[in-house]
Amino acid sequence: MTTTNGDISDEETVPPLLTASRLSKTHGRTPALRGASVALRAGEILAVTGASGSGKSTLLHCLAGIVRPDTGTVEYAGERLDTLPERRLSELRRTEFGVVFQFGQLIPELTVLDNVALPLLLAGTSRAAAHEQAGEWLERFGVLGQETLRPGELSGGQAQRVSLARALVTAPKVIFADEPTGALDSLAGEQVMAALTHTARESGTAVLLITHDAQVAAYADRELRLSDGAVVTDGAETSTEVTS
Amino acid sequence: MTGMSTRHILLGLLAGGPSHGYDLKRRHDERFPQARPLAYGQVYTTLQRLVRDGLAEVDGTDADGGPERTKYRATEEGERELADWVREISAPAPHVVNEIFAKVVVSILAGGDPAAYLLDQRAAHMARMRELTAVKTAPGSDLSTVLSADYALNHLDADLRWMTTTADRLTTLTAEVDTA
Repeated sequence: MTTTNGDISDEETVPPLLTASRLSKTHGRTPALRGASVALRAGEILAVTGASGSGKSTLLHCLAGIVRPDTGTVEYAGERLDTLPERRLSELRRTEFGVVFQFGQLIPELTVLDNVALPLLLAGTSRAAAHEQAGEWLERFGVLGQETLRPGELSGGQAQRVSLARALVTAPKVIFADEPTGALDSLAGEQVMAALTHTARESGTAVLLITHDAQVAAYADRELRLSDGAVVTDGAETSTEVTS
Repeated sequence: MTGMSTRHILLGLLAGGPSHGYDLKRRHDERFPQARPLAYGQVYTTLQRLVRDGLAEVDGTDADGGPERTKYRATEEGERELADWVREISAPAPHVVNEIFAKVVVSILAGGDPAAYLLDQRAAHMARMRELTAVKTAPGSDLSTVLSADYALNHLDADLRWMTTTADRLTTLTAEVDTA
């Protein structure tokens, strides 16, 4: 499917992987999004920042196909997520997207290894293969040796790195991370961000990172800033015109 | 020209209309209570330099029952210079808040767009923070590099939080500056 409304700029040679145009969403009587647009390229790390209540999480939920916007469109690799049947959406969420929240939401009864292997097991991978891949991801995130522990026995930083391993084990195209360091002290948060961005860059995974913390946002390639549900800055690659 | 600049602040105070040196000093000290009070000598020297550079001109004298005082007003060139200065982002080094504060206030006085300026300044700060983060997370960065990047990052972050709060307070601040 191709777009018919010309939302994708002709100036860009690579079309964005995930595009949202003029999203609006109201919770009850409270408008959470008011005409927000965003484009995420393959492999790009985009920080979405703004005050509490600025619409960051609602934007993530719309982009990840968890919530449907009231108006506006969301398109992922040629498919319109805002009109897609739930069955196909849930397949996309399982195979193409990975999600990490502030609190890792690991399953407390399962071991670390089983938590990470779970998305593969659900997709029909054999137990042996799933465990092997899960072990590789745990190693990449520096938490090998903890496989037999339960999530409750991990530190906050370790648990969050296990959550990242679980989000990446299916080799998704996009990681949605909602305040992934929000519950961590600054050093643990730094290790999680370094692991996330390093791995995403290595594997070419795009990341949509929600954060209220500028030091976390500084790990991203650019910043999209929201205020009252609208985009106020869409920092197209600003990089380094300012000398130090 | 960058930096905290008495000449630009005086030009900003002149944006509201012609004024004499004593009045400019009084308004400066009221408006920037954290800054060192301006000495009269500095006010008059700066005004003379503004006139010499074509940025301000004498607008007659005003006796008002007391000693005769020279009034000054900004020239068109002075207004242009001021507009450029308030838009120009500061190099995102730590501790530039005083300069940013001065630009926000002068921008309100001169009818500029302080909200747009703060967003541009935020983008420059964020770009610098991305550079520092890249330096500190580069493979093989030694501890002193990491610590020095941390120091700068934390101070830039403090500036940013201050700018965010200031942006949120712009409506109140504008009302206060306009009625003073």
